Amino acid sequence: MAASDGKELTMSRAMVDAIAHEMRESDDVFVMGEDIADYGGIFDSTQGLLDEFDRDRIMDVPISETAFLGAAVGAAQSGMRPIAELMFVDFFGVAMDQIYNQMAKNTYMSGGSVSVPMVLMTAVGGTYNDAAQHSQTLYGTFAHLPGMKVVVPSTAYDAKGLMHAAIRDDDPVVFMFHKRLMGIGWMPAPEGPKTAVPDEDYTVEFGEADVKREGDDVTVVTLGLHVHRAIEAAEDLADEVDVEVVDLRSLVPLDTETIVESVSKTGRLVVVDEDYRSFGVSGEIIARAAENGLSDLTAVERVTMPDTPIPYARPLEQEVNPGTDDIIEAVRSVNDE
Amino acid sequence: MLENMVTARHYEERLQEEYLEGKQPAFDISAGPIPGELHLAAGHEASGAGVCQHLRDDDTVTGPHRPHHVAIAKGVDLKRMTAEIFGRETGLCKGKGGHMHLFDPDVNFSASGIIAEGCPPAVGAALASKKRNEDSVAVAFLGEGAIDQGGFLESLNLASVHDLPVIFVVEDNDWAISMPKGRVTDVENGAQRADGFDMPGHRVDHDDATAVYEAAGEAVGRARDGNGPTLLEVQVHRRMGHFMGDAEAYRPDTDTERAQHLDSIDRLEADLRATGADEGTIEEIRSRAKERVEDAIEWAKEQPEPDPEEAYEDVFTNPPDGYAETLRGGE
Repeated sequence: MAASDGKELTMSRAMVDAIAHEMRESDDVFVMGEDIADYGGIFDSTQGLLDEFDRDRIMDVPISETAFLGAAVGAAQSGMRPIAELMFVDFFGVAMDQIYNQMAKNTYMSGGSVSVPMVLMTAVGGTYNDAAQHSQTLYGTFAHLPGMKVVVPSTAYDAKGLMHAAIRDDDPVVFMFHKRLMGIGWMPAPEGPKTAVPDEDYTVEFGEADVKREGDDVTVVTLGLHVHRAIEAAEDLADEVDVEVVDLRSLVPLDTETIVESVSKTGRLVVVDEDYRSFGVSGEIIARAAENGLSDLTAVERVTMPDTPIPYARPLEQEVNPGTDDIIEAVRSVNDE
Repeated sequence: MLENMVTARHYEERLQEEYLEGKQPAFDISAGPIPGELHLAAGHEASGAGVCQHLRDDDTVTGPHRPHHVAIAKGVDLKRMTAEIFGRETGLCKGKGGHMHLFDPDVNFSASGIIAEGCPPAVGAALASKKRNEDSVAVAFLGEGAIDQGGFLESLNLASVHDLPVIFVVEDNDWAISMPKGRVTDVENGAQRADGFDMPGHRVDHDDATAVYEAAGEAVGRARDGNGPTLLEVQVHRRMGHFMGDAEAYRPDTDTERAQHLDSIDRLEADLRATGADEGTIEEIRSRAKERVEDAIEWAKEQPEPDPEEAYEDVFTNPPDGYAETLRGGE
């Protein structure tokens, strides 16, 4: 299956295609969440599904994340394959026990006798001035706690393939989509996430990072929205530095091999992450690169959200959210070392 | 009470105009003078005004998801609140909070962007009042869509078992974004939930600010006298979309029309006229309210935006030496 086949879709449309396909294939697949039926998901993640399926399978639920995410866990343990949407990842705190003590741990704590084949789908990211409780990315929080697979698409092609794989997976999968990549009218997307998507089903396997741009001088490892910012930075620097952009696509499992291969070629690593700087993805990537090829590393930098809550006012949010300019600066910096 | 309601209504209408500036023709949520989400409360005024009329500055209020009308009724500084909504340096929260997260400690008002999560802090304020033998009370406002949240139900229980001076005010506008009330609860009268916690529950129908005032007076009096919590549900109507930019395709036209038709301000004015208030007095209240709103908006727009470096301030009240540098990723 080539990424160039098929018609161009937005990322949300590609996700919906995969969900609809899996729902046609199996009555065990259903979706529940807040405003996912008539509204079609605040970020269009379930847009149009109610036209084809009834309310028993596209279920609007009360605002009660503990109850409905926990119910997804229970239904999954009973053999169904629920997809539950947590509207903003920031709301995880309301229901974290069901997420990390039940969904993520029940397989292990049951000695493998129970599985939890559900998808927890959730919106991440800022860039639109919605302040500290509606703009977080939190990749690291979910990836840090064992038992959840965590995937993060950056294009429509990847989103569809990852969604098919997520629904078919026998483990809980956290599917984190960036709002600004979805192609919704009121939040314009950058160039890039809208890609050709094959009509038929296919999977993007977890743990396979994608080299979105090849280059010899500096490796930029990133994910989600910042794949596109990194590519933009690489194009701007094309006459000066040859940048390779690695899109992780999944955090759990993490494709260490692709990272190490790229760093062994370039010797210089920049990690770009919209999540907080400390104790997160950026530190993990650098640790893996160092553990597996310390002698190859000439220079390392990370471009991340600082360890501050995300402010509301535009100049403040732009200051903390890593921009293309910040990536350019970091690439130049490691290239000069 | 009418003045608070009229001020809030005019404020919402003016914010709507300001918000849409720069977002045309194609709506882009991050464009224009007011970025981010904006949830307006036009149609909800009766609850904020009727309840807060009984409150003092030392009483605590936690706001609902559409907080402006309650903030106005509680006496939050209108100019600084407006500057916050415009993301300015002199805003209530220095531009860090925005419209869902208004903090004004001068009048003990705060708001959270997470549904129902203002309930536990209100219980905490009431607990502090009781422990200190004070007679201040706390009021948590929330929407009917929020009353299925654990945080709300757990708060009712905690408040009840400790007889805390707290009032839970549920604003029932029948809609949780796109979800009609009937699809998320089988309980028509949300105040009935009080029965399960052995506390009084009252529902006020028809946007009736006077009836809210009376019911709230009883509840606040009970709380101040050390007789424990009350649950009060108020029927209000959502005159606008859930957030600005919400096309409300899910909402029947008849419901939108009903919300326009059933109006707490019209009702209160009619009541006032019926009891002898003259037109001139009502007109004077209206013009004073408009002037206050215009002043606040004008002032807010003149305020400077925050310096980007401000982003690293206030993470801690007592930051370790040199911590701002480490936040930024420096040495």
